[in-house]
Amino acid sequence: MQETQIKPAENLAQTAAPARSRKFLIKLLIDLALIGVGIAAYFIFPDNLGFITRILIMIILVLSLDLVLGYAGVATLGHAALFGAGAYGAGLFAVYFSADPLLGLLVGAIVGAIIAFISGLFLMRAHGLTLLMLTIAVAQILQEIINKERAITGGSDGLLGIDMDPIFGIYAFDFFGKTGYLYALTVLVIVFFALKILVASPFGAMAKGIHESAPRMRAIGTPVYWRLVGIYTISGFIAGIAGAVSAQVTELVSLEAFGFALSAEAMVMLILGGLGRLYGAIIGTVIFMVVHHTAASIDPFNWLFVIGTMVLIVVYFVPEGFMGLPVKLRRWLRWQK
Amino acid sequence: MSVGMNVGMEVKNLQMHFGGIVVADDINLTLKPGDRKALIGPNGAGKTTFANLLTGNLTPTGGSIHLDGQNIAHLRESQRVKAGVAKTFQITTLFKKMSVRENIRLPILERTGLGTKMFKKAEAYPEVEAEVEQMMTQFNLRAHADIEVHELAYGQQRLVELALTLALKPRILILDEPSAGVAASDSHMITDAIERLPKDLSVLIIEHDMKLVFKVANKIIVLVNGAILCEGTPAEIGKNQQVRDLYLGARHDT
Ligand SMILES: Nc1ncnc2c1ncn2[C@@H]1O[C@H](COP(=O)(O)OP(=O)(O)O)[C@@H](O)[C@H]1O
Ligand SMILES: [Mg+2]
Repeated sequence: MQETQIKPAENLAQTAAPARSRKFLIKLLIDLALIGVGIAAYFIFPDNLGFITRILIMIILVLSLDLVLGYAGVATLGHAALFGAGAYGAGLFAVYFSADPLLGLLVGAIVGAIIAFISGLFLMRAHGLTLLMLTIAVAQILQEIINKERAITGGSDGLLGIDMDPIFGIYAFDFFGKTGYLYALTVLVIVFFALKILVASPFGAMAKGIHESAPRMRAIGTPVYWRLVGIYTISGFIAGIAGAVSAQVTELVSLEAFGFALSAEAMVMLILGGLGRLYGAIIGTVIFMVVHHTAASIDPFNWLFVIGTMVLIVVYFVPEGFMGLPVKLRRWLRWQK
Repeated sequence: MSVGMNVGMEVKNLQMHFGGIVVADDINLTLKPGDRKALIGPNGAGKTTFANLLTGNLTPTGGSIHLDGQNIAHLRESQRVKAGVAKTFQITTLFKKMSVRENIRLPILERTGLGTKMFKKAEAYPEVEAEVEQMMTQFNLRAHADIEVHELAYGQQRLVELALTLALKPRILILDEPSAGVAASDSHMITDAIERLPKDLSVLIIEHDMKLVFKVANKIIVLVNGAILCEGTPAEIGKNQQVRDLYLGARHDT
């Protein structure tokens, strides 16, 4: 009985195996190439490590947003709340308790997750415009609390006095940002692969299902609300990591960590790169930040114009973002023939 | 034991109003294992609302719903599904950008409690995959296994929805107009699939297609303005002049 039941699945696995393992290999090569790029950048741009580190941190944040917006389909304009929670969590921990980076990283992640869970309890009941407004409000409330508690947090002057210990007691954070860069890269690689596993899991499939049709998910017995709270909490954990790395590497946290600009930019980066693919978070963030950096250094006053135009073009011609380009191109080439 | 007495679903004095509009007016209904009951009535009679009250999508303003003797009226939709109540929607509600296989996989993962697993791939559970294959075979969907559902003909989407719902292993199955929107040439697929449902399942079918109703139902309930007008065997309902005037006649005119 048991045997006859399992057979069809086995047959299928066998016929699909070569194609699947080839696909797996290609994906692995792409991932390795990406890591290679990350390592190569370390040697090619030794004078720009600070900027590239900011890109890496931003990628972690945008990845965490992809989980919520790209996979589960929950639109939020307050992701900075979770980033800021992680940044202040890790920053305050370093100033008042322990300057150990890995411990601080864990604290930042947990604070991000806790804030996400608590705010998620009411955010995940809301939809559409109400949800957007509420997510913005959460970030602003947190910002205001940190601002008011200036005796502890430094308020609008920012949290000063972070002085991180060396990682594992060996690798000190140096003035050129070499250690900081490799630290951020390592964290990013771990987060990326963890998320890859997560989105391919049953839990990830459920998130996509909620995105596609929440009524259908309820009708198959899924407690949609609690799943969303769970997804949001995991996202908060990762956004908290991004905030913590930022606090540790720059040894500074300011109120801008909760800023609306950060939330909005993260969303634009994700839309640019493409939602619900993880790789979109990487490519969108890199393109946005490099264009921003270059445009701002050429014309410090009108760079926003360049970014705006780029976003318009992408949203208009490739609504799926840069990750949608290959498919678009293939279709276009076929049409040309 | 008295357990046998209570097996199935028993709806008593179910009430529902939206503001001042009464859409369920003191409805009583029982569904025993193996029942094939049809709920018919004009548009706006309250059929879909009644289905939603049973599944927990809506909360009744009065009355009780018992399943095997337990009141489930206070349970959330997801909890009622786990208790064994499932339904298909009047307008197919599927994961449109997922393949047929992925559509059927989700309810099985959920039912077996694997829905929150995070470390293995969704398709890495052999017993789940075996069941997905079995459902696809049962509903003649294997040829379309890897096609995204929105690319299928509507009739086939209906089959996917049936397969997906049956994958929940419900004891009470509610079908809200399963043949609505299906091309006439495809409607036999739906009829066949309904006729092949497990014998001990309780089925409540809401349907406008009288051919389908008379083929599968052994009891017909006529709902008008949220209240049961009459119920009986297909033969009795077919002869009932009141029903013919109110509903069947009107349909024949159009
Ligand atoms: N959420 C709602 N709010 C207010 N009125 C509703 C709602 N849902 C349905 N109704 C009304 O209830 C009545 C019954 O609708 P419905 O159950 O869809 O009928 P049927 O499925 O028999 O065509 C209709 O008059 C409809 O307008
Ligand atoms: Mg209806």
